[in-house]
Amino acid sequence: MATKPITGEQRAFMTGNEVVAWAALAAGADIMYGYPITPQNEIMHYWTRMAPKYERAFLQTEDEISAGFTTVGGVLAGKRAFTATAGPGNVLMQEAMAMAEMMRLPTVVVVTQRGGPSTATVIYSQQELNLTCFGGNGEGLRIVYSPASHDELFTYVIKAFNSAWKYRFPTFVLGDGYQSKMREPVTLFDPEERGINMEVCRPMVGLPGLPGEERDPAHLRNTYNLEDELYQVLTDSIREYEAMASEVAEWDAWSADEAEVLVIAHGVVSRAARAAVEALRQGGVQAGYFRSITLRPFPVDALRPLASRARHLLVVESAYGQLQRLVQASLYGLETPVSGYLRPGMGITPEEVARAVHSLI
Amino acid sequence: MAIAAQPQMPRVWRAESKPHKFCPGCGHGIVLKALGEAVDALGIQERTIFGCDIGCSLLSWDFFNLDTIQTHHGRTTPVLVGIKRARPELVVVSYMGDGGAYAIGAQHLVSSASRNDLVTIIVVNNTVYAMTGGQMAPTTLPGQKTETTPYGRDVELTGRPMLGPELVAAIAPPGAYVARGSVANVVQLKNYIQKGLENQIQGRGIAFIEALSSCPTNWRTNAAETWRFLEKEMSAYFPVGELRTPEEKPAARLREVPAHGPKP
Repeated sequence: MATKPITGEQRAFMTGNEVVAWAALAAGADIMYGYPITPQNEIMHYWTRMAPKYERAFLQTEDEISAGFTTVGGVLAGKRAFTATAGPGNVLMQEAMAMAEMMRLPTVVVVTQRGGPSTATVIYSQQELNLTCFGGNGEGLRIVYSPASHDELFTYVIKAFNSAWKYRFPTFVLGDGYQSKMREPVTLFDPEERGINMEVCRPMVGLPGLPGEERDPAHLRNTYNLEDELYQVLTDSIREYEAMASEVAEWDAWSADEAEVLVIAHGVVSRAARAAVEALRQGGVQAGYFRSITLRPFPVDALRPLASRARHLLVVESAYGQLQRLVQASLYGLETPVSGYLRPGMGITPEEVARAVHSLI
Repeated sequence: MAIAAQPQMPRVWRAESKPHKFCPGCGHGIVLKALGEAVDALGIQERTIFGCDIGCSLLSWDFFNLDTIQTHHGRTTPVLVGIKRARPELVVVSYMGDGGAYAIGAQHLVSSASRNDLVTIIVVNNTVYAMTGGQMAPTTLPGQKTETTPYGRDVELTGRPMLGPELVAAIAPPGAYVARGSVANVVQLKNYIQKGLENQIQGRGIAFIEALSSCPTNWRTNAAETWRFLEKEMSAYFPVGELRTPEEKPAARLREVPAHGPKP
């Protein structure tokens, strides 16, 4: 076995895509399957340079449909497998992720959001929230992390593998083009040295023993004949999803209690939101900040009491209300008014957020 | 009381799921018998993964005492390629109909053939989409009536039937094994499938076997007409035989790969 890719703590200054490749290496990912699309490409570039040195594998597929389904094959075979995509690739990826959702397959997908709909821009957006959380013909039984910094990209890619294999729901790290392409300081580490134990990956096919004689064969399907059969399978999955939701849900809040305006954001936009709230507080404005780190499951229990004690809620996102709809659905019944500063496909600065807050008070 | 001798089931067949779920007169059971006998002959039951597509082929999801994964329409080959790349010691079989192989999954077939993926693909060609009620397939013969060509397939409008093995044979690199068999000749079909499995085990390249098969339910034919269509009309359009063996050099137009690319 090759030596560990990272020992101790290593400070680095690199792009988010490079961070993702290092995180997958550190997490012990065995194989990446991928298809080129901007702004995800450098994840493959760094992976293909480093993987052979650590006995890891890569397959460039013919499209994202195949990248998704080969990833499904990799996890069925019991390997820590992942892929990365964006935009139209994320659309194609949904078919395989629906199968992963039905069959409880621990796939890991890193999404680097770009402008949408259609080909749009290769730059940046937060418009793939709906697709990543609820894509496919199903119920959105997925885990979706939304990191905001390179340190978090590193941490949450590692965590994504563990959550996927522990809870058996397809797991996504929802980044964006800004995070992919910008450089910032990051601390890389070996998970084991931080006390993070990687979940054991157990194969679902290719099990030891002669099937039918020494053990039952694994007969895995996603097709059912009867409504009742399907309903039973889904009911079990939904129950398990809801049971794990409070363990998995993560959020961050700052001066959020009894806020005049509670600013709600996710991903890289939350950095602008936090900076704006800090500046507003210094200026004497009772602003607060809440950030959803998991978009699925959504941290309803954390947000609801804060929202109920706020005078006004302001959802800030680089999309036209995708986060706002999640927030409003979570807060149904509360009377706190909700506004949005919604900039589909556009970056958002702290100054803009501060102006949007001022317009409400 | 005299009991007529019953044909032996292959050892790898799962008795608990028999009788199988296919219609009377369907060819799937015969193809799966040929596959079962080939797996038995090679003694690879413990390390063979069977993948089946959507369409009638999905009814084989519990057919064998093999670890089995039923996938999406057209996506069986990528799933099994994913398994094979992650666990090369396994033997992977990708089983599907003509629609899954030549229409919705064609990009995967072409790409796996070009990559010479170590996978054994078995395509059951019965000239129709059978599970969905008998629509035109890529393999529907000229003039053949289906639910979406009720006046017969017009090749001017819908093109000519797809020749799958010929396609794979034309593009696959050296080491590939490509054949077309028929449920009308089980011994030959079993030999082709066995060679296809051996090709993968020996790491030589892709193995692709098309099996001409019958669908009296959607053809709306009796036994005699079913057999006549299979043996006379289908095998006239889709010639049975081996198209590529691993020793064979592919067509001359397949160039040798240059040793290096441009030097920046």
